[in-house]
Amino acid sequence: MSSYSVTEPSARQKWFAGTLVVLYAVITILPLLWIIGTSFKSPSDAIAYPPKTFFQPTLEGYVNLFTTRTRVTEEQLKQMGEPTTWYDRLVRKDGLIIAGPSRFTERFYNSVIIGFGSTVLCIVLGTAAAYAFSRFKVPLKDDLLFFILSTRMMPPIAVAIPIFLMFRSLGLNDTHAGMILLYTAVNLSLSVWLLKGFIDEIPIEYEEAALIDGYTRFQAFYKVVLPQAATGIASTAIFCLIFAWNEYAFAVLLTSGTAQTAPPFIPTIIGVGGQDWPAVAAGATLFLVPVMVFTILLRKHLLRGITFGAVRK
Amino acid sequence: MLHSSIDRVAHATPPAVAQRIRGLSDRAIAWIFVAPSIVLLLAINIFPLIWTIRLSFTNFRVNRPNEPVQFVGLRNYLNILTDEDIWLTMQATAHFLIWTIVLQVLIGFSLAYLINKKFRGNDLWTTLIVLPMMLSPAVVGNFWTFLYQPQIGLFNYAVGFLTGADPSSFSMIGDTSLAPWAIIIVDTWMWTPFVMLICLAGLRSIPNSIYEAAECDRASNWRQFWTITIPMVLPFLMLAILFRGIENFKMFDLVVQLTGGGPGSITELTSINLKREAFEKWRTGYASAYAVILFVTVFGLASIYVKALNKVKQR
Repeated sequence: MSSYSVTEPSARQKWFAGTLVVLYAVITILPLLWIIGTSFKSPSDAIAYPPKTFFQPTLEGYVNLFTTRTRVTEEQLKQMGEPTTWYDRLVRKDGLIIAGPSRFTERFYNSVIIGFGSTVLCIVLGTAAAYAFSRFKVPLKDDLLFFILSTRMMPPIAVAIPIFLMFRSLGLNDTHAGMILLYTAVNLSLSVWLLKGFIDEIPIEYEEAALIDGYTRFQAFYKVVLPQAATGIASTAIFCLIFAWNEYAFAVLLTSGTAQTAPPFIPTIIGVGGQDWPAVAAGATLFLVPVMVFTILLRKHLLRGITFGAVRK
Repeated sequence: MLHSSIDRVAHATPPAVAQRIRGLSDRAIAWIFVAPSIVLLLAINIFPLIWTIRLSFTNFRVNRPNEPVQFVGLRNYLNILTDEDIWLTMQATAHFLIWTIVLQVLIGFSLAYLINKKFRGNDLWTTLIVLPMMLSPAVVGNFWTFLYQPQIGLFNYAVGFLTGADPSSFSMIGDTSLAPWAIIIVDTWMWTPFVMLICLAGLRSIPNSIYEAAECDRASNWRQFWTITIPMVLPFLMLAILFRGIENFKMFDLVVQLTGGGPGSITELTSINLKREAFEKWRTGYASAYAVILFVTVFGLASIYVKALNKVKQR
């Protein structure tokens, strides 16, 4: 007997399918590689024609991203003596000196604070609500769950006007606290729906056993359900973090000076005469690479996360 | 309805122990656990929504707080529904919505179908294909303006290389006939993996035994595809379309960074148009009415669609 199966694709089919998919993957990944590549180009290499695939790598883009620079004359440059650091040397080559740090570090830091702050809040509120929806008879349960989901359908711009007014009167405009609360509200629907799915999968018998052993409800929740749901909670947290990290519409409307995050900031990086593409690419690389790493780590739960738990593999 | 587990446990134990287990009643715990989330959503989603509805009947302007606010009835709504420019915006949104969905469904399904052939290393390549979807649309959209530059842009160079056209002879985001396609291309690049992942889950949910039975009945591959594969994947595909539809109806960040609604207002989708009315012209009352109309449209279309989806699922 041969191991012929009607459902197993033939070797030729596999080869054909594999070639097409690899071709698509290479094309689709090219713009991302181009961002990373451009961040290591010199400004003249970045705008060369034809576009350069091979080039002398330089850290100019990163230096320009983190600093502001001013132009000085030849004499001034001579008077200042030898540059003391490698980045000083790099900018003096173009007749510039470093005037100070740019605002990128602040913006990146804001993204981290707001991203992690809202994720923690989202997970705490979401786990509690998801547990209650999963295990108890909550009145109007289906309506409440649908209500939570429907908050996701609103275009951000549509609620931005009153949120702007509300935050202004509460003094929350352009603050970390305001943005953390806002992003928590935005991601809460995701967190409740995903976590409810994960908690539903934990057999209820574990808790019943714990209750018979004399645990209270809270103890059963802490010591039995939470450890069982750890993987689910972790992947939900990463999803909340990524969505908060990527958010742009609210950030651009409600923040300007102190609490602005990186997404509205990166496109505004401007060099001498037009956009400084290596610096923009450097900012984008530092901003996007962590998400790429998380996506690869999350790949098993990806489908579930992006469909709010509607599709589980 | 699931029987509350605590009741089951309580029934099965002596009264004294049951009392101790109960402590706080389930009902109390349920409310303590659910209330904070509901309160936050009411404060940050529902309260602003009600405020928007109230503002939509007035001529309030945020930048002129000292002017008396007048109640104008339905005038804002009438003005919007009879405004030619807003209908153009709606058309631009519809064009964007329809083409992104068509392309993403076609490419996404084909990719899923190919990946489901289980060639060696398919997991690795799937993960790579998925990457663009998770990235910040604003940051990526901004970088695409660089790829779209005439002459120095990678996209123009690649098109020139493949078709022989001069890379500096066309500008994807500067030309009124190309700009609508520029945003469709980037959105499709970004979100095809989303449709692909959902289709893949659909394909993997089909039991092999169905195909084996069809093979016994000597159904051709073509017939198997149309009578087994497509109907079984359809509910998944419809779910993917629902998600993409809602998301792209709200589309803001990617397109604002790519074209800013231009050239002229050719790619000015509803969210961008709304932002302009609300935060550049500061016509708060008018923009609020606009927001209400958009929200009712999304909600209405989504509800109708979900009904259709449930029918397909039941079949």
